[in-house]
Parts: sequence; structure tokens; C-alpha cells
Amino acid sequence: MNLAFRVEELKKDYLLGGETVHALRGVTIEVPEGDYVAIMGPSGSGKSTLLNLLGCLDRPTSGSYFLGGDDVAKMTDDRLSEVRANRIGFVFQSYNLIAQLTVVENIEVPLYYGSRLNSTTRARCHKLAEMVGLGDRLRHRPTQLSGGQQQRAAIARSLVNDPYFILADEPTGNLDSVTSGEILDLLSRLNREEGKTVIMVTHEEDVAERAKRIIRLKDGLLQSDVRR
Amino acid sequence: MTLWIRTWQLGVKSLLLHPLRSLLTVLGIFIGVASVIWLLAIGEGISKKAQEQIEGLGADNIIVRSIKPPNESTPDSRGPVPYGVTRDDYYRLTETINTVDRALPIRELRRQFRNNDRLVDGRLVGCTPEYAQVTHLEVDRGHFISDAELEQKEKACALAAEVAERLFPFENPLGQTVRVEDDYYVVVGVMKPREASAGIGGSLAAQEFSDDVYIPITTLWTRIGDFIVTRRSGSWEGEIVQLSQITLRVNSVDDVVATADLVRTILASKHRIADYAITVPLDLLEQAKTTRLMFIVFMGLIAAISLVVGGIGIMNIMLATVTERTREIGIRRALGAKRRDITRQFLAETIVLSIVGGLTGVLGGLTCGFVTDWLRMALENLFPQVMESLPDVVRTISPKVVPWSIPMAFGISVGVGLIFGLYPATRAAAMDPIEALRHE
Repeated sequence: MNLAFRVEELKKDYLLGGETVHALRGVTIEVPEGDYVAIMGPSGSGKSTLLNLLGCLDRPTSGSYFLGGDDVAKMTDDRLSEVRANRIGFVFQSYNLIAQLTVVENIEVPLYYGSRLNSTTRARCHKLAEMVGLGDRLRHRPTQLSGGQQQRAAIARSLVNDPYFILADEPTGNLDSVTSGEILDLLSRLNREEGKTVIMVTHEEDVAERAKRIIRLKDGLLQSDVRR
Repeated sequence: MTLWIRTWQLGVKSLLLHPLRSLLTVLGIFIGVASVIWLLAIGEGISKKAQEQIEGLGADNIIVRSIKPPNESTPDSRGPVPYGVTRDDYYRLTETINTVDRALPIRELRRQFRNNDRLVDGRLVGCTPEYAQVTHLEVDRGHFISDAELEQKEKACALAAEVAERLFPFENPLGQTVRVEDDYYVVVGVMKPREASAGIGGSLAAQEFSDDVYIPITTLWTRIGDFIVTRRSGSWEGEIVQLSQITLRVNSVDDVVATADLVRTILASKHRIADYAITVPLDLLEQAKTTRLMFIVFMGLIAAISLVVGGIGIMNIMLATVTERTREIGIRRALGAKRRDITRQFLAETIVLSIVGGLTGVLGGLTCGFVTDWLRMALENLFPQVMESLPDVVRTISPKVVPWSIPMAFGISVGVGLIFGLYPATRAAAMDPIEALRHE
């Protein structure tokens, strides 16, 4: 089975007010393609740090992070940007759509930065918008959409570059329970039917229940890794 | 290619999110660019006019004018005071300096001219036939003073267009007579109207030609003489002046400066007091050119300051925009934007601002001729007294757009946009994506 990614002895130190904080003290995780992983942990457990590292927004202090055969830990800032544009799909708690762009244009953004925007990929953007149920709102601006609709647009955007995995950071944190259910259904469906790998950070047990595997962090270390 | 189009589209779109703010920023650049063009055009208009007036005096001329010396320097204040250049000076100058092509003796007096009950206050000019040519006077009807009339000391006169109009409004002035004191002069010619020329002889007033009556200088010497009496605050004052002015025409422009030196030396040896002044139009012309250059530099400096102010406006607004859009920068970075993509995006916005400001500024600058005309007309109608009291330079101002000021102003505005946009843009690009995403 192919791996979506693998991290080995991942460590991250921060300098905070002259003191070194060991946010991650050596984490090793392997995630195969098609997996659905929930990452949990109390605040200060290193969960956000791990998320930033997995999202290629930051480089580890030591350890390796293999993504499609390349060690991300050794990449330059520009290369990291390329990886983010082409290989990772982000879904954020606060949707993070760009206000001045329409739904379709928001979905196009990763393609634009990955220099892959053309008529074929543009058609794909429309298809993705239809798939998440926004086919009739292509020309709407984010402010004209409900929270659930915005998050669905964000999910469509995370899929557009055909990523190694979708990285969802508290995707239901700002939504009511009904809409949360819809969003989680959508993620499950993508995982089950499309075979998409999903990494989801959450602190809600019932949200984590949806995943196939729950990884718990504590004090920068792996506390448990349970496959259900 | 598509990348750049998208960048510009995005820039315009982002700017339109805050139309008023963008408009005000553009206004700053607009004012800067327009003022560069305006100020240079006004400067050019003024200096061109000054130059034309000086050229009207003739670049190959040297003008020696009598000046009444201050009272203290005349030893005997009782009785008539003789001063000024004399007929002897005239002969000496014409005979000793061989670079002098010809010399014009001129005598001017304030007199009243009458035709029956019509009366005009004006300048009686005793001169020689060459006078018309040297001062660029053109004959409208009849002829100017002729050599024969000069020789015979005839009582003939030529009238300036305005004088002719006022003394003989309904009849042909040719052949009629004009009374000056107790003498009658036959009108032999009428001149065309002529613009005033630059002031000379130390006085700032421009030389007017509109109330002139020209007679042969020989006639003036015989009929009126050198001795003139003027009434001043209750007492009579006598003056003895032989010549008001000698205009020397030099063979070639190259000899003007050397000849002027010679004239100075000759006159200085015969006059104990400074009762004359020498004007060299060529010097004035050189001076005017220097003044013009200084003017351009000065105006340019003021305009450059306003452009820098506009640039600071851009920088200010872009810094605010960058802070405000920190979150957007974070999102874009997370979705794969490189640092240079962010730099390019914000730079595109500032360039759009400065190009729009620059283009509208150029258009605004081009209206300066039209606007000054309109403003002058409005002022003349609304505040005629104010207009009357303004100096001539201001009243007759006509800006001339300097062609090179347009590309220069536009180029500077875009440059200013680039320079002042670079810092905010790099600051945006330098943001840590994680921090930027967390920004509320």
C-alpha cells in the first residue's frame, strides 16, 4: 500500500521569550493513502505544531517528513510553496475564503499559484463546486454564503489540486451541529467513495469518531494511535 | 502572460473593494503630476514672454539712456539742472567706435497733443527715420519721418495707432495737423499698434508705444529746445536735457559685449555723475535664460515635493492595506503563493494606483492653458478691480505646456509608486504564513 506521507522522529523547538519550548519531541507517524485520521490532544500538546508541519507551512527542527518521496524538511521556502500549491488541500476552521473572489475563483486559487490554471482545470473547478452542492452559487462572494456553504467551497478548493491528503483544521469548529454533520458526511464520502486521504485536527470526541484512526498527542509526544 | 493579467485583474479588484480610499490615494498622485506640468508650463509661459520682450529691444542694440540724478549730487540746486547724454556724446560714440553700425539719437517729452477740442496726453518722440526700423514699428498709412523732413527740420509727425484713433476718430489723419504747445505738425504717417517691450534704463515699467507722436529730432531741438520746465508741487523746475536716449546698433551680435564696454569707458570719461544708464539687451537675454533655468529647477523642486507627498500617501495606504489583509496573505501563502507572488500582487496594486493617478494627472496638466483662460475671464467679470491691481505678469500669464514635462511627470509618478510600494509589498511577503493565518 502506498503511503500518503510519513514523518520520522519529528521535533520542533520554538524560542519563546528567550526560553526554548519543545513543542514536538519526536513524533513518528505513517499514513497510508485512503486513510482517515483524526488528530486529538489538549492545548499545548503540539497538535497545531504538527498540523503546521504537515501542511508544509513550517520546517521541523529535526526529523524527516516524506511526502511523495521528497523530504519536506530540507526544502526551501519556495519549494514548500510549490508543495502546498500542488500537493496539499487545506480546510480551515474559519473557512478562509478570499473575500474579493467568487466561489469559482476561490476554488481556482491553488491552481493559479501552482501555474496549472487552464480551460481543463477550470472545468474541474466547476465540477467540484457542483459536487459539494454549490453548482448554483458559482458567482457568489463568500459573504453571500452561509457558514456551511463557505466550508463546502473550502473543501472543493482543497480538492482542486488533487492533493496527497486533505488537511482539515477543526473543520466544524464554527458550525452548528446540523451543518457540522453535513460537512463531516461530505468528508467521509470523499474518503470512502473517492479514496481521498483525510487528516483532521479536532478536540471534539464525536467528530473524531467519524475517522478510521485516532491519534492522540500529549506534551509533544504520541500518546496513542488507535485504529477503529 | 496569463499570470500577469490575473495579477492586474486582482489588483484592480482589490482596489475597488475600497473605492473611496483608492480614489483619495490616486488624488495624491494626480495633484503631484498635474502640478509638475502646471508649474513648468507657467514658468515657461512667463519666461518666454520676458524673452520675447527683451528680443523686442533687439539683441544687437546697446541703449544709453539719460537718468535724472538724485538732487543731492547736483551741486547747484537752484536754476535749471543739465543732465543726461549730450549731442557731443552722440557724435563721440558714432565717430570713435567703428563697430557701431548706426546710432539713433532720441529725445522724449511728455506733452499734450490737440486736434481742435480733442486732447491726448502722450509722449513726444524726437527721432530719426531709422527709429521705426530699430524699434520694429510698422507703418499703417503714409510714411514714417523721412530723411528730407529730418534735414529740413520740418514740422511733420507720425502718430501711434491709438493716438490717431483718439485725435481723429472720424477722419483720415493724414494731412491733418496736430497741435503741440503753439506749433502745428502735419501728420505724415500712422503706425500699426505695437506690443510693449521690456523696461529699460533701470526702470521696471515696460516701454509703451501706444501714446507716441514721432517728429524729426532736429525739429524738436529747434522748436522746443533742451530746456524744459515742469511744474512740480507748486514750484517750477527747469531741466536741460539734450538727448533722452541713444540707441546704438552694433555690426554683429558677437561685438555687442566689447562695444558695450567701450561705450561705458567713453561715457565715464565725460560724465562726472551717473546721469545715464547703459542697457545691453543681449545681457538681459542671457540673464533671462539663466532666470528661466532657475525657475524650472525651482518649480520642478516644488512639484517633486508634491509627488513625494503623493508617494507617501500611497505607502501609507498600502501599509494599512497590508495590515488589514494579513489574513488574506496568510490564506494565499497556505494555498501555495510564494513570497514573490505576494510582492507582485501588492506592487501591482500600487502601480495601478500610480498609473491611474499619472494618466489623470497628465490630462489635468494639459488643461492648464484652458483653465487659466477661463479663470482670467471669470476674475475679470467678477472682480474687475482685483484684476486691475494685479501686476502685468500675472494678468497676461499664458502657460505653455513643456512637452518633456509630460513623460517626465508620468514616469516619476510610476517610479514613485514603485519605490513607495516596494516596502509595503516586501513587508507583506515577509509575513510568516502561520502568524498571518492566525491574524484576526
